[in-house]
Order: sequence, then structure tokens, then C-alpha cells
Amino acid sequence: MVFEKDLNLDATELRLGLPGSSEESLRISNKRALPDMNDDSGVAAAKKCDQETAPPTKAQVVGWPPIRSYRKNSLQTKKTEAETSGMYVKVSMDGAPYLRKIDLKVYKGYPELFKALEDMFKFKVGKYSEREGYNGSEFVPTYEDKDGDWMLAGDVPWEMFINACKRLRIVRGSEARGLGCVV
Amino acid sequence: MQKEMAYSFPDEVLKHVFSFIQSDKDRNAVSLVCKSWYEIERWCRRKVFIGNCYAVSPRMVIRRFPEVRSIELKGKPHFADFNLVPDGWGGYVLQWIAEMAGAYPWLGEIRLKRMVVTDESLELIAKSFKNFKVLVLFSCEGFSTDGLAAIAASCKNLRELDLRESEVDDLSGHWLAQFPETCTSLVSLNISCLGSDEVSFSALERLVDRCPNLRSLQLNRAVTLDKIANILRRAPQLVDFGTGNYAAELQPDVFSNLAGAFSSCKELKSLSGFWDVVPAYLPALYSICPRLTSLNLSYATIQSPDLIKLVSHCPRLQRLLVLDYVEDSGLEELASSCKDLQELRVFPSDPFGVEPNVSLTEQGLVAVSLGCPKLQSVLYFCRRMSNAALVTIAQNCPNLTRFRLCIIEPKTPDYLTLDPLDAGFGAIVEHCKDLRRLSLSGLLTDHVFEYIGTYGKKLEMLSVAFAGDSDLGLHHVLSGCESLRKLEIRDCPFGDKALLANAAKLETMRSLWMSSCAVSFGACKLLGQKMPKLNVEVIDETEPPDSRPESYPVDKLYIYRSVAGPRFDMPPFVWSMDEAVKILH
Repeated sequence: MVFEKDLNLDATELRLGLPGSSEESLRISNKRALPDMNDDSGVAAAKKCDQETAPPTKAQVVGWPPIRSYRKNSLQTKKTEAETSGMYVKVSMDGAPYLRKIDLKVYKGYPELFKALEDMFKFKVGKYSEREGYNGSEFVPTYEDKDGDWMLAGDVPWEMFINACKRLRIVRGSEARGLGCVV
Repeated sequence: MQKEMAYSFPDEVLKHVFSFIQSDKDRNAVSLVCKSWYEIERWCRRKVFIGNCYAVSPRMVIRRFPEVRSIELKGKPHFADFNLVPDGWGGYVLQWIAEMAGAYPWLGEIRLKRMVVTDESLELIAKSFKNFKVLVLFSCEGFSTDGLAAIAASCKNLRELDLRESEVDDLSGHWLAQFPETCTSLVSLNISCLGSDEVSFSALERLVDRCPNLRSLQLNRAVTLDKIANILRRAPQLVDFGTGNYAAELQPDVFSNLAGAFSSCKELKSLSGFWDVVPAYLPALYSICPRLTSLNLSYATIQSPDLIKLVSHCPRLQRLLVLDYVEDSGLEELASSCKDLQELRVFPSDPFGVEPNVSLTEQGLVAVSLGCPKLQSVLYFCRRMSNAALVTIAQNCPNLTRFRLCIIEPKTPDYLTLDPLDAGFGAIVEHCKDLRRLSLSGLLTDHVFEYIGTYGKKLEMLSVAFAGDSDLGLHHVLSGCESLRKLEIRDCPFGDKALLANAAKLETMRSLWMSSCAVSFGACKLLGQKMPKLNVEVIDETEPPDSRPESYPVDKLYIYRSVAGPRFDMPPFVWSMDEAVKILH
């Protein structure tokens, strides 16, 4: 078997964010974070369950998937172009078998962002109140911040949010209870 | 009386009759009828196809066919496309060119695939063949724009220059200006692989201007959208066009100029290129979409809604290449709009991503199989599959001739049942009786090979990765697939037994590739000893295979039939198992 294992997790982990931004591993802090957020459900569940705590690493196999370098190179140049000019974050939703990538820079504030998410994943965000979080909706938008904690989206000012947000996840309302907010 | 009739035609008559026989198979059959037909046929064979450049030597070809005008050669094994064949492995064309330069002064066409072509080779072509017309370098490497300049300058009647998917050392765009003003004969020009920003555009424009027969033109990525209109207006007779990048700020005058230029091309049937697409410019194509039969959007990072809009304007589409941004919804639209579809290729936009980034699943392919009854050729990258879906596809498309499925994560089972995908692929080979090419993926046991050996009677090429349990799998294929010509295997637990038991089969095939399997060095040596008409080559970049025990598995193995004996251009990391060569090595 020809597997190229790279112990440099940072290099193999596929992350989004501006180049040069430091890749911090999960830290314990006194923010109340949502439990089990790294236990992703969905398509790759079986494979991922023995990697619950570590970020997903991809052992790249030579020549697999079978794509010509010509084509691979063409995709690479496009990727780096896209990632340097925007603030791309991955968006996932519980139960949806796919992820999306969005450019946070494109939106002016939470209303536009949530509208876009609603369109993309076909759900309703519901009314937000500071005390009670999101009311009257089954799904709730959360985000992973630079410290690796999962927070309710909508708490902090927009500018602060787009700089702190590393990825978005739309979770079922029931799981979002007790979600941390910045103190 | 009967006997005399057979020889009663003078040679010239037979020659004339044979000139209508173009297919290699038929020509080969003709040459076996009797000695005089063999002689007449060999003197009038004009076209030779050599599927493996090491299967025969240039001298042998020249000796048998002294009047060849067109030659096609293939070099490296297919898995070289995926970086499994180390650099320097071989496939050099120079010796062929050198020998043909003396023997075939009238050679007019050279077509090469996966070969190493140096500037020296190109310069030799340019100066040796006065009637040179066609040069196709498909997936080749080793040359620069200097070599191209030599071709452009010397080949006065060049009709076709096609560099598709080759790796060219792009030193300067000025080679295009080397085409003399008197060159007006170009019919086809494909420079899509060229990297540099400095393709001499004015030289290109002038060239296009003076070649009224130009039918096929593929530009490279550096050519900007605003230049397209200029080119098209000079060549409204184009049938096949490849854009450069298709992005620019939306400006109404640029748009209308572009749309007008496209609409003036009444013969345009095939489009490609489309790097960096700005969707707002796609409607400029709408006027020609109803005539389009082939569309290659496999570099275009446009999303499903834009793809759907475009595809719905192309009811005559027969061939579509696209990225998985098309998603299931786009493929459903394709299935309802394009009833003539024969070939579909869906490439992954994020092949190394751990999670799916788009909503493309087996459903998209099922939809196309249902809606497009003429579907013959499929290449599909996805992240999940089920036996049920494969069975449905097989039943909907019994006319499939090529089916290549790549489930991105190796050994992925049926996502619904968690079973291996044996039954699904089994259905494909069982229902698609004309299947010639098959690529497998996902979780597969020896059972799938049993199906393939039983039903895959017309199968010519099989690609296998991360599959099977034991030698039995390989044995099923080698003993059952009567038409098998090319077999390529990686990362499968196949060892010595099946290979040695089916050694004779290997002489009926073009080649066998096995890497990261369990074939021992000892078995390779045995095969090399017992089968003199096979070249058994072991590839190992780390250390010589005989520095380890004989039972140790080899890293990579390439076996091919040859009448030329072992080759002389092997690099240090390739070992021939031929007895004679071993002594000299």
C-alpha cells in the first residue's frame, strides 16, 4: 500500500482562512461551548468517529483520485485565487449531505447572511433575542471561532464576527441550548 | 481452374482494391490470406498504428511497411497520467523519428500519445519530411516552444498542429510568428495547453486570417475574453472552438460584440476552454447553443443554476464534460433537455476535500441514465454510490460501451446497505453487453471479478484500484475476459498464483500494469524466463529488487508483449526480467 502519511497536521488538514492565519488547535477555555461539536454527522460519519478530537487529516494517496495533473493544477490555481481575495468559510447543516463555501465579505450583516443561508439550505432562522437565543425555529446558525469554540451566530458585532468566524454550522435547535456567548 | 482465378488479378488491381480497406484489422486479415496478398498489402499500407512503442522496433516496422505516410505511437502506460510512472521511465520518440527520417521521406502524419518528445525530435521532423501535414502530441512532454518554432517555420503545408494536454516548456510566444506568410493550409490548431501569458496574439490573428480552411481552434488560458470576438470574426467557418479564459467585467459593448461574433459562426458545433468563467457572459453563447453537439466545461467553476441555464439551451448536445458543480439538479435538467446525450464526464471540483462540497450524488447519474437513452460513455466522480443505483443505471443503459466510476474515498461501500458494490458492477457488465472499457471503485470483493470474468466478454480495458480479496479475483479476469487488451491494477491483494497460472493470456494482451500489489520478485523472474515474447519490467525507485528476498513483493510491475525483445533505454530504476538483459545490467 502506498500511503504518504504526513505528521504535520497543519499541512494536511484542509482548512479555510486567509493564508498566514495561524492554525490553532482546540483549547479549553471558560466559555461554555456546545458539547460534541466536532462529532460531525453525515456522510463521512463512519470514517470520522475515530477522529473525534483531532481535526480531520487526509492521508493523500499517490495518484488517487485518478485525476490528471493538468486538471489538478488548473483547480489549484483557481483555489488559491479565490481564497486570497475573499473570506471563505465552510457551511454545513445537520442532515444535509453536502457542505457549502461562502464568502463572508459578500454580506453586509447578519440579515443578509441568514437570508443566504436560508436560501442555500432551505430552512428558517427564526427570531433572535439576546436572552433566549433563536426562538421559533428548528435550526440555529452557529459558528466556530478562532479559539475553536462553537458560538451562537448573531451575538457579536458583524465586523467582529466575520473576523472570528472560521466555519459555520446550522444545528438543530435542541442542540443549541446552552450555547456559549462571549462574556 | 479455381486456383488460377485466385491469381488472375494483376497486382495493380489488388492494390487498388486494398486502397479501399482502411481499418487495421481488415488490413491485417488481408495480409494473412496468402503470401502474394501479404506482399501487395505491405507495399501499399499507408497508415500504421502502434499501441505500445516498445512492442515493435522502428526497423521492423520500416522493413515490413516501406511506404508509410501516417504513423501513430503510444508510449507510457495509462497510469502515468496519475503520476504512478516515475519520470525518465521511457517513451522517447527520437529514435523513431531518426529511423523514419531516412526511410519515409513522404511521411505526412505523426500522432503521439504519452511520449517524450524533445526539441531535437521536433527539429528533426521539421527538416526531414517535406510533405509534413499533421502533428498531434496528445499528453506528451519534453519539448519547448523552440521545437514548435521549428515546425511552424519549416512545414509549408501544415494542416494540423494539436498539442492537447501536453506539457510544453513555454519559453516565448513568438513561435507563432514563425508560420510563414505563405502558410495558408491550417485546418486545426490546438494550443490550449500553453501556459505563458505571451502568446503572440497578433501573429495568431494574422494566421487565422490567412487560413480559410481552419475548422478547429483551441486557444490557451492566457487569451482574454475581449479577444475572442476578433478571432471569431476572422474565422466564422469554425466547427470546433476553445476559448481562453472567459472572464471579464461585464460591459454591454463587449457582450454584444461577443454575442454577435458567436452568432456569425454558423458551423460551430463544439466548444471548450472556459477557464475562469463569469456567468454573465454565458448568454453570449445562446445563439449557437441549439447547434452545439459537444461542450467541455470541465474547467469552468460555474455553479449549478448557471450550468442548468446553459444546458437547457442545448437540445442537441451529445457530449458534455463538466465539474461536479453541476450537482444532481443540473444533471436532472440535462436528462430532460438533452435526449441525444452520448457521453458524460463529471469531474470533481475538490478531489482532496474530506467532506463533499457540492450536492452531487449517485442520483444525478441515475437521472441521466433514465433520461438519455443514447448514453454510451460515462466518467463520473462522486462520493457515494449504491448497488441499487448501479443496477438501475445498467438496466436503463444497456448500450454503454465505456463506464468509469470513481468513488473518491477508496473502499467506500454501498451507502444504503454498507455492502460491497459487487452486485452493482455485476449488473453493469451483465446488462451492457458491448462494454469495452470499465473502471471500478468502492468496496469490492472477489465476487465482482467473477461477474466481470463471466459477463465481460467484450471488455478491452479494465482499471482496478483498492479492490478484491485474493488471487481468485485476478484469475477470474484473466481467464474470463476474452477480449481483454489492457489491464491496470493498483493496491489490490493479487499475487503470484493468478499471474503465473494465466501467463499465456498475457501474450494476447497489449499490457498489464500492477502496482502496490503482492507479486513477488521471484514470480516476475519466472515469468520473464518462461515467456520470451513478454517484456517483464519491474520498477523500483528505492533499491534493486534483487537486494531483497525473492519472496518480497515488487513495487511496480509492467508487462507487455513485444516482438522487439527487451528495450535498451531503461532507466536505472527499471529492471527487465529478461535473462539476457540481467547479465548485462
